[in-house]
Amino acid sequence: MMTTHQLADANAGLLARAAQREQWALLGLTMPAFVLVFLVMLLPVLWLFGLSFLNDEGQFSLENYQRLVESKSYARIFRTTFEVSILTTLICALLGYPLAYLFSQLPSKKANLLMIAVLLPFWTSLLVRTYAWLVLLQRRGVINDWGMSLGFWEEPLKLVHNLSGTLIGMVHIMLPLMILPLYGGMKTISADYTRAAANLGAGPVRVFTTVFLPLSLPGLLAGAMIVFVLCLGFFVTPSLLGGGRVIMLSMRIQTDIELFYNWGAASALGVVLLIFTLLIFYLSMRFLRMKQWMESN
Amino acid sequence: MIGIKKWLATPVTDTQITRKGRLWLYALVTLIIIFLVLPSLIVIPMSFSESQYLEFPPKQWSTLWYERYFDSPLWLAATSTSLKAALLTTLFATPAGVLAAYGLFTCTFGWRRYIFLLLIAPMMIPVILIGIAVFYMFVKVNLVNTLLGLVLAHTVLALPLVIIVTIAGLKNFDMNQERVARSLGASRIIAFLTVTLPQIRFSVISGALLAFLTSFDEVIIALFIAGSDNATITRIMFLALRDQIDPTIASISTIIIILTITLLTISQLFGKKPDE
Repeated sequence: MMTTHQLADANAGLLARAAQREQWALLGLTMPAFVLVFLVMLLPVLWLFGLSFLNDEGQFSLENYQRLVESKSYARIFRTTFEVSILTTLICALLGYPLAYLFSQLPSKKANLLMIAVLLPFWTSLLVRTYAWLVLLQRRGVINDWGMSLGFWEEPLKLVHNLSGTLIGMVHIMLPLMILPLYGGMKTISADYTRAAANLGAGPVRVFTTVFLPLSLPGLLAGAMIVFVLCLGFFVTPSLLGGGRVIMLSMRIQTDIELFYNWGAASALGVVLLIFTLLIFYLSMRFLRMKQWMESN
Repeated sequence: MIGIKKWLATPVTDTQITRKGRLWLYALVTLIIIFLVLPSLIVIPMSFSESQYLEFPPKQWSTLWYERYFDSPLWLAATSTSLKAALLTTLFATPAGVLAAYGLFTCTFGWRRYIFLLLIAPMMIPVILIGIAVFYMFVKVNLVNTLLGLVLAHTVLALPLVIIVTIAGLKNFDMNQERVARSLGASRIIAFLTVTLPQIRFSVISGALLAFLTSFDEVIIALFIAGSDNATITRIMFLALRDQIDPTIASISTIIIILTITLLTISQLFGKKPDE
């Protein structure tokens, strides 16, 4: 005869096992998505990773990576990619900050209405926006047309198919991605802090630099990280607006495959791009404690 | 005049900065807003211009570029491929994403977060890398230039968005309601379908919309794996723009902008929460 105590123990064990089974079933719900991502993304990317360590004869070698380090043309591509990404991020921060600042101080209704100006380009097709800039900036485009008829400049300016065109287009594409986290961060700054600082005798400039600015930095960093990482791998806009004069990493990967059919070189470059990307994500995650946010979901 | 002066002299911040002291900020932000909005909007009137260079305002209005579009079998076929791919991507990614989000949200295993990281990885890995990897793989399994291959790749790109949006919706939902339904005898599936799903439908619809737009707007993967008969509209647009600025694309762009705005409005209308 079992005692009640033993019965309760046996029951607890059964319940625990049932609960465990349910947990597995719930985890099973992620399987369709998991299998898809595993087969269509993870496996091919790992395969490519392996490919980058093979030479033309199919033997293990670091040839592809060696070429990345030694070749001058690759060095130039790395430099262009970083220059363009840093410049785009900086300009986005300079333009995004004042806009987010003003919006965060407006009454909610007004701010929400004005936010449409940020969300409209955010939702508009990337290719359509790039095309719009191509049309606006071309030699006989609207900007040159207006600039000349208003007497700002005499000859049509070369605005596109070069670095300036690339930057204009990229800043336009990336700006909403800078503004959204920046604005979100600024909205959480309590007006009590600035009010207290003003009350204690700080002037407008001092209140901004010592109270508001430091409190808005996490949002700024989150925006800068997103913009920078996306710029590093950006392909469409620089290909179309750069006119072959601005060669970014992703464009070289594409030509390595389409033109030269050089899978080793392309995958090595891809792996380097991936490492940069993940490194920046990792560093900023540690910094912004996004880990905590993810654990709490 | 006095009204304006008074308006300008009104302090707008706690630090007593007046509107006058802020005029520079208003001017700067206005310019930035124009920079943000103008390119997407100016394409619409420009597409009705008769000139090859699409001047603004158009000197001569015409629907020439729309006729070019509707007369071209190439563009029309590409449009239909893009719509098919986007629709199928939505149909694949939405259920798979919602299931995964529900599983991740309700499961309490500690390492579920690694599964979460893997599932949102397609959003973090540069698309060009996914593009060449998928190309390499699809050549081996004969999926290059097929609609199925394109849809599978786009589904993987869309999944993270559906999952993130759905998890956000579940966070705002009170899970006790589902527990009540189950304690009253509903199975987990019935409870989810009749209690939880209707209340997170706003997130699910947003997720579906994001999946549709992700596929419809995707260029890089289509460039690698959507050749010959299954070329998408973005692929043809991209290849055309590399050579020359084709004004026909202005009419297509206008159609895409209107399609996007319509979809967004529909999702806002149908996805409204009951308490609003």
